[in-house]
Amino acid sequence: MSNNSAANSSLVLAQKAVKQLRLEASVRRIKVSQAAAELKAFCLQNAHKDPLLTGVPSSDNPFRPPKSCVLF
Amino acid sequence: MGEMEQLRKEAESLKDQITAARKAVQDTTLQEAAAGITVVGRVQLKTRKTLRGHLAKIYAMHWAVDANLCVSASQDGKLIVWDTITTNKVNAIPLKSSWVMTCAYAPSGNLVACGGLDNMCSIYNLKGKDGNVKVMRELAAHTGYLSCCRFLSDSEIITSSGDCTCVLWDIETGTQKTVFAGHQGDCMSLAVSPDFKFFISGACDFTAKLWDIREGVCRQTFGGHESDINAIGFFPNGNAVITGSDDATCKLYDLRADQELITYQDSSIMCGVTSLAPSLSGRLILAGYDDFNVNIWDSLKSERVCWQVMTTE
Repeated sequence: MSNNSAANSSLVLAQKAVKQLRLEASVRRIKVSQAAAELKAFCLQNAHKDPLLTGVPSSDNPFRPPKSCVLF
Repeated sequence: MGEMEQLRKEAESLKDQITAARKAVQDTTLQEAAAGITVVGRVQLKTRKTLRGHLAKIYAMHWAVDANLCVSASQDGKLIVWDTITTNKVNAIPLKSSWVMTCAYAPSGNLVACGGLDNMCSIYNLKGKDGNVKVMRELAAHTGYLSCCRFLSDSEIITSSGDCTCVLWDIETGTQKTVFAGHQGDCMSLAVSPDFKFFISGACDFTAKLWDIREGVCRQTFGGHESDINAIGFFPNGNAVITGSDDATCKLYDLRADQELITYQDSSIMCGVTSLAPSLSGRLILAGYDDFNVNIWDSLKSERVCWQVMTTE
């Protein structure tokens, strides 16, 4: 009896695996040239907004060392 | 027995089909496409703040959406919410279980979550009426450690676990809405897509999977790594996935081409990647390694830009 149920569950697992593979095989794929071009374009178009690439002027940098306070 | 053999053969044939379909669209490589671009010049990094207060190893941190506050989790049994500009501790939350491995900040800023070897994801309300931060929910159902969690909203959170599954929870009722099963090894990390429709998971079966949150299914599986994937993230436009692995490499997989486009590796790097994050434009990938270094990669040229040594104090 236990042999049967073990066999059944491996069958169910195998069926699930095949079903999943069928799903993944059916994915619509675009050409790598198009994918690469769009990644490149995104990087270049957004480079000016990337502080690590452009640097941050002290006046805009919220993490800069604090200037001394003047109390009136 | 006949049916098992048939299924096994069909599985093999489908795997071959996927490999062939991926090759069929491989009309170039990212390296070739980026050949005309110059490598990013030296990136200046300065340590601006040091957030002191934890008494033991810090396992995880997560920024709030305002990029001002962040939460960190330490095995000293505390979650600390920091104001990173003043370095003040906004909240210091004592945890029931000190074996915390992950933490997350909700997009709204109202909640934080954490979990670890207690197999649970605990949700804390930062904006409670009396000003005290209390446990709002304990999401328990995983049969393995909680490796990562990420909020979709104040009512939904996704968790990844050492029990090889990821789960979408209804925080209100504390119940599992969807179980994402399929990984054959501990799930180590997850990241939600910018449009909140998908999430990706990296696991100890060396694969990354893309999951459709509403349909509850795995849409794509990405292999190639030779060891556990510890860290995973989305490229800022949501069309690519970056993974970091114990095999000492990071990889970039394009979701629409359904394949790996580039590997970030260097023969001098021999230790695992533990965390990673892309810069705002995606041009830089910052990756933390087991040798206490952070390496910064030019994502398009696959070259190291500069690296900053993190010293222990």
